[in-house]
Amino acid sequence: MAGLMSRFTTLFKVKANKALDRAEDPGETLDYSYQKQLEMLQKVKRGVADVVTSKKRLQLQTAKLEESIVKLDGQARQALAANREDLARTALERKTLIQGQLQGLDAQIAQLEQQQQTLIDQERRLSAKVESFRTQKEVVKAQYSAAEAQVRIGEATTGLGEEMSDVGMALSRAQDKTEQMQARASAVNELVETGAIDDLTAPAGSDLDQQIAALTAGSQVDSELAKMKAELGAGAPAGELGAGAAAAEAAPTEEKAP
Amino acid sequence: MIVRILGKGQFRLDDNQLGRLNELDNAVAAAVAAGDAGGFARAFSDLIDMVETSGTPVADSDLVTSDHVLPHVDTTLEEAREAFAGEGAIPG
Repeated sequence: MAGLMSRFTTLFKVKANKALDRAEDPGETLDYSYQKQLEMLQKVKRGVADVVTSKKRLQLQTAKLEESIVKLDGQARQALAANREDLARTALERKTLIQGQLQGLDAQIAQLEQQQQTLIDQERRLSAKVESFRTQKEVVKAQYSAAEAQVRIGEATTGLGEEMSDVGMALSRAQDKTEQMQARASAVNELVETGAIDDLTAPAGSDLDQQIAALTAGSQVDSELAKMKAELGAGAPAGELGAGAAAAEAAPTEEKAP
Repeated sequence: MIVRILGKGQFRLDDNQLGRLNELDNAVAAAVAAGDAGGFARAFSDLIDMVETSGTPVADSDLVTSDHVLPHVDTTLEEAREAFAGEGAIPG
């Protein structure tokens, strides 16, 4: 088996050459190449800015999901106070599921943050290289004929093409990652929205509920139910729904930490 | 020789480092072949470390082509496997 390096070098060079072929039309001047490079640099800058924005949006989404965990916990207490263990179970199952999804998202956001930092460094490096190309172009144009100048600056053009491909690959990697994460965050969000247990008299056991139940580890739910029952048994009486709701408003602080 | 680490830029290494570089690279390939995720992570990080510590970063104003290219530092075993398997018939 050949090494990873040689394999990867081949793959990358093919990619970089393709990018270069597109930029090098016959009769193209050095000034035109430079124009194209500036356009690509602008695209990279926009791409990096988009990744930063997407990451911020994801952070907001996860913050909302954190809130929904607190809310579901309160709902479970409320349901239990109203002697609706089935609903309390559903709420806790949903809470467990969202908690699990959130942990994954947090780790991915941290990874994305690293990728973002790398991208910002790469963007800065690419800017410097494009500027260096501009200087070199002016020097050779002043000293040589157009055709000769093209040859003289050949290595610089290829080197810059490599840099562009490198940044381009990093950017599409980060974009793929944000898209996957956004899809996942939206799926969890949908779960929260369609699963809101606003009506305690609604029948339990819808398709969604069953799906969630299947996905969720029962043990955590059972233990949380037992814990809540114990707390309710010891403290607040299982009275009117209104009273239960008030207790739930007051109680969740102790349950906030995941 | 010039080695590019994707995302990190280019490093200039002494030509006599090629033997060591290939040695570390073969260890990475062996871990990929064995499907050993832990071994891959270790071998790959050794390879990256070697390039970063033995090489000097190419200046931003230098426009040079690379002799060797290494994937991103956070490359997974799965991605490495794809690099070996994917893209079908690459000339050369």
